[in-house]
Amino acid sequence: MRVLQPSFLVRALRFGLLLICVDCLTSDTSGFAQTTVDFQRDIQPIFSEHCLHCHGSDASTREGGLRLDIRESALAGGESGKPAISLTPAVASHLVERIEATDPDLIMPPPSLKKPLSKTQIERIKQWIAEGAPFAEHWAFIPPKKSPLPNNGPAHPIDQIVLKTLEQRQMKPASPETAHTLCRRIYLDLIGLPPSPSELQEFEKQGAEATIDKLLSSERFGEKWARPWLDVARYSDTNGYEKDLKREQWAWRDWVIQAINDDMPYDQFLIEQLAGDLLPGATQSQRIATGFLRNSMLNEEGAIVPEQFRMFEMFDRMDCLGKAVLGMTTQCAQCHNHKFDPLSQEEYFGMMSYFNNTYEAQSWVYTAEQEKTRLATIQKIASLYDQFRSTHAEWKQDLDRWVANVKASRPVWTPMVMNQLESISGLNHPVQLEDRSILMLGHTSGDVFFVGTPKLENVTGLQLEILNHGDLPFRGPGRSNVGTWDISEIEVLTQTAGTEAWEKQKLVNATADFSEPEAKQDDKKATGPVGFLIDGTDDKRWQADRGIGIRNQPSVAVVQLEKPLSLPAGSKLKFVMRMGKMVGCCRVSLTTSASPVAPAIDHRAILAMEGNDDLSEVECDPVFAAWVASLPEAKAVAEEIANVWKNYPKAETSILHVKERSGRFQRNTHRLDRGEWDQPKQVVERQTPKFLHQTGGIRSRLEFAHWITSKRSPLTARVGVNRIWLNMFGDGLVETAEDFGTRTPVPEHLALLDWLAVNFMESGWSQKKLIKLIMMSNTYQQSSRATPTSLEQDPRNRWLSRGPRFRCDAEVLRDMAMSVAGLIYHKVGGPSVIPPVPQNVLDYNYVYPSYWTPATGPERYRRTLYGFRKRSMPDPVMSSLDAPNGDIPCARRIRSNTPISALTGLNETIFVESAQSLAIRILKEGGEGDNSRANYGFLLCTTRMPTESELNTILRFIEKERKRIADGWLSAREVATSDSAKTPNLPPNTTPQDAAVWTLVSRVLLNMDETISKN
Amino acid sequence: MNPNPITNEDLQIPWKRRWFFQQCGIGLAGIAANQWLSSPTLVSHALGSPISNSEKHNPLAPKAPHFPAKAKRIIYMFNAGAPSQLELFDPKPELSKRNGQLPPPELLAGYRAAFINPNSALLGPKYSFSKRGTCGMELSELLPYLGEIADEITLVRSMRTDAVNHAPGQIMMNTGSQQFGRPSFGSWALYGLGSESEDLPGFVVLTSAKGTSGGASNYGCGFLPTVHGGVPFRSKGDPVLYLSNPNGIDKEAQRDSLDLLNELNRQSFETIGDPEIAARIQSYEMAYRLQMSAPELMDLASEPREILELYGIKDPKEPSYARNCLLARRLAERGVRFVQLFHEAWDQHGNLAADVKKNAGDTDRASAALVKDLKQRGLLDDTLVIWGGEFGRTPMVQGGNDGRDHHNRCFSIWMAGGGIRKGYVHGETDEFGFSVIKDEVHVHDLNATLLHQLGMDHERLIYRYQGRDFRLTDVHGKIVKEIIS
Repeated sequence: MRVLQPSFLVRALRFGLLLICVDCLTSDTSGFAQTTVDFQRDIQPIFSEHCLHCHGSDASTREGGLRLDIRESALAGGESGKPAISLTPAVASHLVERIEATDPDLIMPPPSLKKPLSKTQIERIKQWIAEGAPFAEHWAFIPPKKSPLPNNGPAHPIDQIVLKTLEQRQMKPASPETAHTLCRRIYLDLIGLPPSPSELQEFEKQGAEATIDKLLSSERFGEKWARPWLDVARYSDTNGYEKDLKREQWAWRDWVIQAINDDMPYDQFLIEQLAGDLLPGATQSQRIATGFLRNSMLNEEGAIVPEQFRMFEMFDRMDCLGKAVLGMTTQCAQCHNHKFDPLSQEEYFGMMSYFNNTYEAQSWVYTAEQEKTRLATIQKIASLYDQFRSTHAEWKQDLDRWVANVKASRPVWTPMVMNQLESISGLNHPVQLEDRSILMLGHTSGDVFFVGTPKLENVTGLQLEILNHGDLPFRGPGRSNVGTWDISEIEVLTQTAGTEAWEKQKLVNATADFSEPEAKQDDKKATGPVGFLIDGTDDKRWQADRGIGIRNQPSVAVVQLEKPLSLPAGSKLKFVMRMGKMVGCCRVSLTTSASPVAPAIDHRAILAMEGNDDLSEVECDPVFAAWVASLPEAKAVAEEIANVWKNYPKAETSILHVKERSGRFQRNTHRLDRGEWDQPKQVVERQTPKFLHQTGGIRSRLEFAHWITSKRSPLTARVGVNRIWLNMFGDGLVETAEDFGTRTPVPEHLALLDWLAVNFMESGWSQKKLIKLIMMSNTYQQSSRATPTSLEQDPRNRWLSRGPRFRCDAEVLRDMAMSVAGLIYHKVGGPSVIPPVPQNVLDYNYVYPSYWTPATGPERYRRTLYGFRKRSMPDPVMSSLDAPNGDIPCARRIRSNTPISALTGLNETIFVESAQSLAIRILKEGGEGDNSRANYGFLLCTTRMPTESELNTILRFIEKERKRIADGWLSAREVATSDSAKTPNLPPNTTPQDAAVWTLVSRVLLNMDETISKN
Repeated sequence: MNPNPITNEDLQIPWKRRWFFQQCGIGLAGIAANQWLSSPTLVSHALGSPISNSEKHNPLAPKAPHFPAKAKRIIYMFNAGAPSQLELFDPKPELSKRNGQLPPPELLAGYRAAFINPNSALLGPKYSFSKRGTCGMELSELLPYLGEIADEITLVRSMRTDAVNHAPGQIMMNTGSQQFGRPSFGSWALYGLGSESEDLPGFVVLTSAKGTSGGASNYGCGFLPTVHGGVPFRSKGDPVLYLSNPNGIDKEAQRDSLDLLNELNRQSFETIGDPEIAARIQSYEMAYRLQMSAPELMDLASEPREILELYGIKDPKEPSYARNCLLARRLAERGVRFVQLFHEAWDQHGNLAADVKKNAGDTDRASAALVKDLKQRGLLDDTLVIWGGEFGRTPMVQGGNDGRDHHNRCFSIWMAGGGIRKGYVHGETDEFGFSVIKDEVHVHDLNATLLHQLGMDHERLIYRYQGRDFRLTDVHGKIVKEIIS
């Protein structure tokens, strides 16, 4: 203890001193003495923290009629009539009286708030009032401007600005970083992989700029820089919640990689993701981009009310927009007016309304080749129809006559209004829409029933329409994974008014516009004809899949009541439907017409004739097509067309995206009371927040996207620049990357942030140019070594007095291990790759992921970016190294340093395989002898040669472990291959013992702090 | 054994190494840990003041609570799936009488059930209740062992939550929000109080039955730094992920490897001066200690037969809820701040009578044994034990006559130890067991009370994220004074 005591003292002294210094430094930029009070820096944070909760922009919680966020109001005061802030010494400031009060009933903030003001804070407020109480708008809400550069020596603008601040604080930048460390820093930052020894040599020859240019054009660049965006866009390969089923969303992930590799301007990058589907002539790629909005979790639990979780998705969408693009916390305003930032609840829902008018769509994604075939197919069909028209001069009149006939012979169908919509299992809660169609989202259920009290006077038949809906996969109409359905049985029951009993009505003569031919599954089970609907058994099912390309269209069935039905008013009719593959949307109608049947005309043509469907996705005129199909003389054409459809390509994947609702399908957005999904109040107008830039008349989601990317936006460019900075320096210029609101203090380097933001916009929003600009600065290229002085003056490197140094992200770490081991397999894009996960992790899933077969061969060593991410079962390697699991948007990772991550690096399968493989590489490429090999291994991992002392430490270890192997304590084969019966793939003149020793060394090298850190 | 490669000689060194010791607490923590290893049953001492500077680099350093705490740690037995309060905790003779009748319409105004049409017949309780303990607490015949400790517990019959589906309900109970992304209770506890265990994580999760609906988010750290997340200890395979060395690497080779690694890291700290490197050495050392301590912890061989008997553990190697209860006690003994058991089994939409009986059989004895065992070791006074799920079940039937639907308007939980009142029933529901009629306890109130017992003011345990001060209790929560002794 005698030895320890002095060091305690030293520590206490140093820390005391340090705290005092930090305190005076952070509160002042020009020297050590406090001269004037700066509202934004000194007062605004106090108000936000202690006052605005009750005296801010939210009128509903405002106390005493006083608001302190506006100067005029503060000068006028509240209900007391006394000025809260008085500029004349003769009149007391009521605010000061209250904050200095000792009476617990008078003192502000009230003791119940548990946020008392400190003496210093009170003094600062008084000084600020004495200085005239100037207010200033929050720095982040004023558009950035380039301040004149200080012109203080360095050529690079970043260095000029940084140097100015450092000099003001009597600090100096560090010396330039050594070439090998800088080379590794650049490689890790640009492509997320360490340089090989030959790449280091090349760097030393060609210099930083040539290397930066080379790496910026590498495909690996997009794979590295997609990650921060995937984090904040909460990308995942599963839906989350209890079921957490697989989703296919990797086409969007690949879109991001491609966009970044193409250096798509950041404004365009945002526009396509927020509203790509609304761009004129939107391409498949632009629709995929909107998958950004659909990365939310999706609840498929039994019995959920879909609207609740759709609203949860909307809240998440707003949260994501706030964190990723606006740098604004929006969540508060979901429930009430924002307490600190001037965002009202009305504005929150006003912004939401731009996004709330969409279908939650799912569509196929075609390869370029398939897209050609797809378009060719459609064109071919169009040309066949054209050909037909050319041989039928009178086609128009004939078509009109046919339409008139069809309409005239169609019975009058009255859609039923349902009072009760249920599934027997309770798993699904159907809802009836305005057009009387019944939508069945959420968990599937094979048995639904609907009850209504229609007028039952001589009812002769019932029509069941199976309808498309934009919220169904591929527009449905079914819920299967290609949008198909089948129905085993329908029943009609009635309950005469005033009685209890339900009476089953006999149904006869089922007809449909289309049925598949009968196909027998076994002796009992069959699918096909519409008659199966009323055959009294669930074994046989009506199916109407018209085949690829045309399967996602409506169908109709009509059944007749054996005896026309007449019951007194108030009698109930119950419609029961049992299904295999669930129907997603349907409508039930009744008729009194004699002997009603469904004509053999595709129902979509009927719907089109009646102007009764959203046909925006139909490729050819359905009425014309139905007419041609009805003509006996066109049989050959119809057959040819049917054959052509068979060429329609089968997509390998699909995408969740948004599609705008139009016309009568438009959805209004309501303010939700207290943010509760089931408490809608008044309809809210589309609007952008008033405290941000105004461009006027922002009506559509596309206009909103343009508004967000306007050069007048105070936030968009700053947030974008900050994200890039944060991923290079470890911390953002604004530390809270997700929040630039009023609670965010003026950043240390606001001038730098603003210069970069403006420059970013001036340079065409090019992320590559921005990254290169930063990399070419001395600020980036300075040494990351910490001297005692720099540690004390700038413990967290907020003033940028040294180069960045931090542990690499999870993906970089894992990629690095595979890369130095020579295992990594590069291929851009494609389905996510299943990584190995311990069985005891897989076992603990609510729904076991039976698809979890870890990749083998080269696929196993794809870049970690492509690893399958399951929300409820976060990948243990990723989560132990701080990668988010995609439940919510993550704008910055907080780096931890835990024993769990240590165990992962030492013992996890891929890391162990990497150590074993690195050993072989060292033996193969590292020359002869331990010295040479140790040097080589060290170089591969850290991009530098070990010091003599480091080398000796390693050699001592080798000596000992070699002996332990020789003495039989360790099995060489087992260490080198994990299997005592297996021989490693040895280079010539090496032994399994060599492989084992070098595996042990490699395992240590891969875990060295210097290896896992960007230095 | 040489678990700590740094010797006293290292104290005679220039600033960097001194800094390394002092700021990073490596030397002291290392020494403390050695002492730890030599007395494995040591229980954490009283919560003191924060261990000043080491906190800077060790976010889990013990911190002083807001005020003197009644409980130093929590064992939370989360019985997921929504256990039926009507078969277990809340006797309803009137419901038996009205079995098969429709509920009064006024009861159902504005009510939404998850699966069933609310207007479904009432279903009488499947099991009988009797008075237990000197306090006369009425408990189901399915809970004979809980009855034995009736005088130790508070039974809350008036719980209420906002959610009616499992995943949101579990997230609500564990994080105070139906929306994902918030820190779990255990994470908040670690954030507020730090960890007292040098060689075990401060928040340990034990699971039996199947995976939970809420998944890993039930014990996730949300927006808090990763170190605050729950660490699952697993019954099969490695108790902690990647705990075992790769095939062929024995204990000595592991020790040698870590010595090499630490030495290389130390040398690199000499040149680079980044305090994070010192923290890295600590992490790898703690990983090593975890490799030694976790298997010992999980091995019940040292437990006497009467203890296994008490918990009803037949085979100490076989994973079970009972085994997890005993492990929870062992973790509490070793100073682990927050232990959470998850047992997802209670979703009785159908087959109610048989399945509730089976689940009670799987859990009752061990749950009560944990309380008895903690008590006989003097640990119950400062260990708060909670038993509960995410919501309750309807008095109305689901399906034929043997199932109940989800119900958020009332459910029951029980608590013991850690300054909780003994032999007390809190709150009351109506004669159908449909709504709370007295002393409603919302999830936020429960969490506020639990934090209070840990010595924390739920309104002051805040974390600023996105410019907002987040709390476990959001903007709600009032302490339920009646249940505090």
